[in-house]
This record gives sequence, structure tokens and C-alpha cells, in this order.
Amino acid sequence: MKISIDQEKCCAAGTCVTIAPEVFDQRDEDGVVILLLSDPPADLQASVREAAGVCPAMAIRLQEEA
Amino acid sequence: MNTPRNVLVVGASVAGLSTVESLRRKGYHGAATVLGAEAHLPYDRPPLSKQVLAGAWEPGRTQLRTEAELSALDAEFVLGDAATSLDPATRTVHTESGHAWSADTVVIATGVRPRTLPGQDGLEGIHVLRTLDDALALRADLLAASRLVVVGDGVLGAEIAATAAGLGLAVTMVGPQPAPLAAQVGPLVSSLLADLHTAGGVQLRLGTGVSGFTSRRHHVAGVCLMTGEVLPADVVVVAVGADPVTGWLAGSGLTLDNGVVCDSRCRAAADVYAVGDVARWHHEGYGTSMRLENRTNATEQAAAVAAAILGEDRPYTPVPYYWTDQFDVKLQVHGLLPAAAEVTIVDGYVTAGRFVARYEQDGRTTGVLGWNMPKQTRLRRQEVADALTEPVPA
Repeated sequence: MKISIDQEKCCAAGTCVTIAPEVFDQRDEDGVVILLLSDPPADLQASVREAAGVCPAMAIRLQEEA
Repeated sequence: MNTPRNVLVVGASVAGLSTVESLRRKGYHGAATVLGAEAHLPYDRPPLSKQVLAGAWEPGRTQLRTEAELSALDAEFVLGDAATSLDPATRTVHTESGHAWSADTVVIATGVRPRTLPGQDGLEGIHVLRTLDDALALRADLLAASRLVVVGDGVLGAEIAATAAGLGLAVTMVGPQPAPLAAQVGPLVSSLLADLHTAGGVQLRLGTGVSGFTSRRHHVAGVCLMTGEVLPADVVVVAVGADPVTGWLAGSGLTLDNGVVCDSRCRAAADVYAVGDVARWHHEGYGTSMRLENRTNATEQAAAVAAAILGEDRPYTPVPYYWTDQFDVKLQVHGLLPAAAEVTIVDGYVTAGRFVARYEQDGRTTGVLGWNMPKQTRLRRQEVADALTEPVPA
């Protein structure tokens, strides 16, 4: 799995950090998403899918390996 | 409990879509059908009063999922055909076009509809804002206007006023409260919002109600206040709240009381659930029924409904959360902010335009509000969650 984030779209809701704190964080100054891991290990992938699915700004895109 | 063979979702906005997505993420392989009253593919509403109204976004950018993502979801979308009735016993839904749909499980996700004021029907130039089409019609009128009156001093009214002021219109905000969002955020923050709007060029005519409209050739010309004053207007937006879309459920036997009344599992009847703005469910943490009209609840509750459909037996007990953007300020609210709460600034400074406020009642943190400090506010969300799980004193 490869994660990409769109900081311009991000609305700083922080939902992704609540769901997957190992993978996402927020910038101190404006709350915009920061990616901690772009290639998360298998045990984190379910929560990353959840985070991408519920992101209210659709700012998280996933590329799943075929 | 058996996994349903098919699920019928009535409502194709974010709550309905998210329910199907969540079912798929949890491994549901059965059939899924989504009925939508609007002709559009699922789109996002928060940008309507901001980016779309301002013209910063093309309307298409609000679409929640690409066609490829929707097709990967393997769900049938039937759009532009509103539901007209539900029989919970057979889980059969009839639609305006005369079709009937049945499924093992039905999910009600029909959302809310804006309230209107007496005298606004039949007058051109008076708008509400709920749908993409509403936003585009309002924008078209704003571009040809110079004076806008916003009737409504809540979140939506304040966002529209800020956006319209940014477009260069002379904007007046009218409403019964002493300051914008007074009931939602309390006196300290609402007075800061009043200052923010005044500095942004919005005229505040608050603390009074609206008694009607004046018109010229079927077009609105002014807004009449209870004080007798008439505010001239080329365009008017009415943003005085919204009502759950439950008219089609009259006669269904479901309990309707300012929403579809559900148990703590978001279940309205056997194999019938409600999700999103339309759902009034029992929040076990607060010990009361609750209905939340916000974007994040739609997705969070959708996950809870999907889990319940697949047999999980857990109450839905979220920490309520919403955000609003007005001018250059991002407000974030976790939890509830009761009017009587004691407010303490716990991070940042009001004078610096960045702070986190904690709201406490009876020694418990009921909510936190951030003013341009999203991350620091979220870090205190746990305080709200912890207080929720403590037993409520009798």
C-alpha cells in the first residue's frame, strides 16, 4: 500500500490522526495533515483504509498493490 | 444474526455512501442499492457555503468519489428518484417514479431540508442553501447583486455571510441571537465572531426577528424586521435551520420525533437503521437521544451502522465534532458546549487569534473549542471522551 496526501485539500479535521496516529499527524501551526509513513506495514493498513474512507476532505489517496 | 443478502440505502449523500463503503471495508459481499432524490452522484456539502459559493472550486470538485471508485464499490446507484414510502415489515421502499425496492436491510439516510420563512415562497431572489444546485443558484444571483441579507445567525448563515463579504457584496446578517453562533459556542467566542464579521465588512443586525419581506415585481426587495425596520436587499438567504426529511415515513409505523428515532445501535426497527442528519439515536454516554447535523458524524455513524448490520452489538457513543471556516478563522468543536459551561482558555491567546477553550460543567469537561488551533484542540478531545465514559452523577 502507498499513501499520498493532498495538503491543499486537507481541512484539518484530524479524523485520520484519531484513527491511525502511527501513520498521520497534523502540523502544529494549522492542523494540516502530515504523513509519517507512506508505506504502512500490514497491521496498520486496515486503519489507514478507514482513515482514507472517512476523511471529510478526501485528502488521502491509497494505491493498493494488485 | 445472519448477514443480509442485500442492503437498500435510501439517501445518496455522504451518510448513505459511507454506509456502503464501510460495509465493503468490513467484508460485506452482498448486494447494495443506493437511492438518491437528487440527480447528482454523491457530493460533499461543507464546501457549498465556502469554496463553491466563492467560486474557488468547480462544482465537480465536490464529488465525493470518482466514477472508478464508485464502480469498484459494486453498488447500484438509482438517482433522481425520491423515496415516498417504507414498509418496515417487508423492508419495501416505493419511489416517486413508481418503482418498488425491497431488501433484507434498509438504511434511512435522507438527511434534512432547510426551513423556510412565511412569505418567501414565490419570491425570486430568496434562497436556501442545502444542495449543490442551491449553491450554484445563489452564486449566480450574488454575482449580479450588491446587497445581500442573510437571515440566520448560526454556522451556515455565518459562513455564507463571510463568503459573500469576500465576494465584495454589502452583507447584513440578521438573527435573534446577540451574536453569531451564540447558542452554539457561548458568549466569549460568539462575541469574537461578531468582531470578526464586523471587521470583515458584515453588518450585524442581531437580536431581532424577521417579520416578512418586501418585493418589487415578484422579486425580493427587502427584509422586514420585528423592529419595523426594512433592510433593502437584492438577494436574501434564509439559513434558519433544517428539518429531517421524514415526511415519506409517515404511515411507516416508525417513531418520528425530530428525526427517525433509533435505539443506541442506530436501529429504528428490526433490520431498519437510520444514519446521518436524519437519525435521532440514543447516545448511551450522554444518556439522552441525540441528532447531529454534521459532516463527521455522517461517516462515523455510517461505520457504526455498517457494524450493526453485520452483527456487532455495540452502542454508538461518539464525541460530537464539527468545524466551521469563517474569513481566516477555523473553529473546531469537540464535544458539547452548554450555555452554562465555564470557559477557560487552556492553550494560546485570544489576543493572538489562536487559542483552545475548555468548556466545563459540574467539574466535567463537556467540550473543547479551537480558534485557529486544530491540532492542539484535537489533542484535548480525549478529555471530552474521558468525561463521557465516567458515570453521570444522579
